[in-house]
Amino acid sequence: MFDLVSKAKPVRPGKIYGAPGDGMSSHISLITALLIFALWLLVTEMGWVKPLFLPSPLAVWDKFMVAMTEGVSNSTLTQHTLASLSRVLGAFLLALVSAVPVGILMGVNRIMRGLFDPIIEFYRPLPPLAYLPLIIIWLGIGEFPKVFLIYLAIFAPMAIAARAGVRSVSTEQIHAAYAMGATRTQVISQVILKAAMPEIFTGMRIGIGVGWTTLVAAEMVAAHRGLGFMVLNAAEYLASDTVIMGIIVIGIFAFAFDLLLRYLEKILIPWKGKV
Amino acid sequence: MKTFNVSNVSLTYPGLYTDQAIIALKGVNLEIKSGDFVVALGASGCGKTTLLNLMAGFMAPTDGDITLGGQQVIGPSADRGVVFQKHALLPWLNVIDNTEFGLKLQGVNRQTRREIATKNLALVGLQEFHRHMIYHLSGGMQQRVGIARALTCDPAMLLMDEPMAALDALTRETIQELLLKVWQLTSKMFFFITHSVEEALFLGSRLIVMSPRPGRITHTYELDFNRRFLEEGNARAIKSSRDFIDMREQILGIIYGDERQSDNPELLNV
Repeated sequence: MFDLVSKAKPVRPGKIYGAPGDGMSSHISLITALLIFALWLLVTEMGWVKPLFLPSPLAVWDKFMVAMTEGVSNSTLTQHTLASLSRVLGAFLLALVSAVPVGILMGVNRIMRGLFDPIIEFYRPLPPLAYLPLIIIWLGIGEFPKVFLIYLAIFAPMAIAARAGVRSVSTEQIHAAYAMGATRTQVISQVILKAAMPEIFTGMRIGIGVGWTTLVAAEMVAAHRGLGFMVLNAAEYLASDTVIMGIIVIGIFAFAFDLLLRYLEKILIPWKGKV
Repeated sequence: MKTFNVSNVSLTYPGLYTDQAIIALKGVNLEIKSGDFVVALGASGCGKTTLLNLMAGFMAPTDGDITLGGQQVIGPSADRGVVFQKHALLPWLNVIDNTEFGLKLQGVNRQTRREIATKNLALVGLQEFHRHMIYHLSGGMQQRVGIARALTCDPAMLLMDEPMAALDALTRETIQELLLKVWQLTSKMFFFITHSVEEALFLGSRLIVMSPRPGRITHTYELDFNRRFLEEGNARAIKSSRDFIDMREQILGIIYGDERQSDNPELLNV
């Protein structure tokens, strides 16, 4: 096994010798997933693990069907999913229209950088659960504080990515634009912002991922719908089949959004990695 | 008929590791008229690029004046186009959009700027490639787009900072000839920096040789190899002619002298 990893194989025609991590890996990933699933099926169906600790895939599937039709925790799965989706997407869109301009401004203006840097760097590493009480005290228990909590979590990585993206523009590109009669505003909007797009997209991918991870925290207090709420509620009744079902649904949506962003990135930023 | 004037320009900046100020340029004088092709040559560290940056308005001199048509140069503007060593094109735009980018910034309407950009792409021989993305072009083609882009703003002056340094010998020769044809057609002021003595002699109607520490112009030559090429059309014949080779050796001698001096710290204070 170790030999497979440590020894360089002879090069195949048209390939580059010694390129790290060369070749396809998705079929291996698929096998991994199937193996884990098979193992899960085996240990549960053979009764080696109690359903409380790990319900069988079939029980989770049954729970999924029940959730789709009759519903769990007072709502159907579709309603839970829509509630969570609107929170995460709402926060994501809010962050997109605010964090990207703030990040760009931080990159091009020392006053903005000085202003926002301590704020972002201070709250960024804090766990959202730590400041959740404050947000409830300040903003109450409606829909907005839930979106706001997710928004805060997404804002920092997106702003930092946009700020870092400003650096991907070369001095020559800026000089060239000025020597063609550009104003400072034009340089920022037509050169720096465009050059920062690859990094902004990376920030968007990190941001939406962080958004999903914050979802459960956001739905901890006074939610009556949502995937995070559904999981927390099920945990109180030790309904581990619902917990696992909820986790899988969240995972699938998070993965789907990442795939969507990667696809958009390919279409919108074809020059990425080619300059 | 405009004149570009560099009079008594110096640039000094504080040293990083010593208290002694570093003199990048000292007392540089240069007059360029429409239709002049000035080439700057010199050992590395002689201030060629600094001089170009000052002329473009990317830097400000600590002493002296730079004027274009009597107007003080206080920053970059569309009357002085720049072609860089690395192409500095915008990878999210295709060839034609890159070429017309300057006119778009200036608010010229789409049809007019397309026409001008297409004309300039044809001038550099890239009309077939107007829909290509920049990263699908070879280095030589990218540099040609850079030249077309600079020409599209119709500047009075074209500043070029070693635009051919990263190109292979064959492409270099093609673009040299192309540049001379553009020069003949447009009668703009050209200022061109290079490391290659042969390139300098072939392109320039005037050659300035610069020396380091402090950066200054030490020799000026009036040349006519470029006109001979435009009349006779055979670049290799000119580059291998007796007077071209003599001139090349003479200038190489000057530059090698400078190189040896800057490599040997004991000679620095002479």
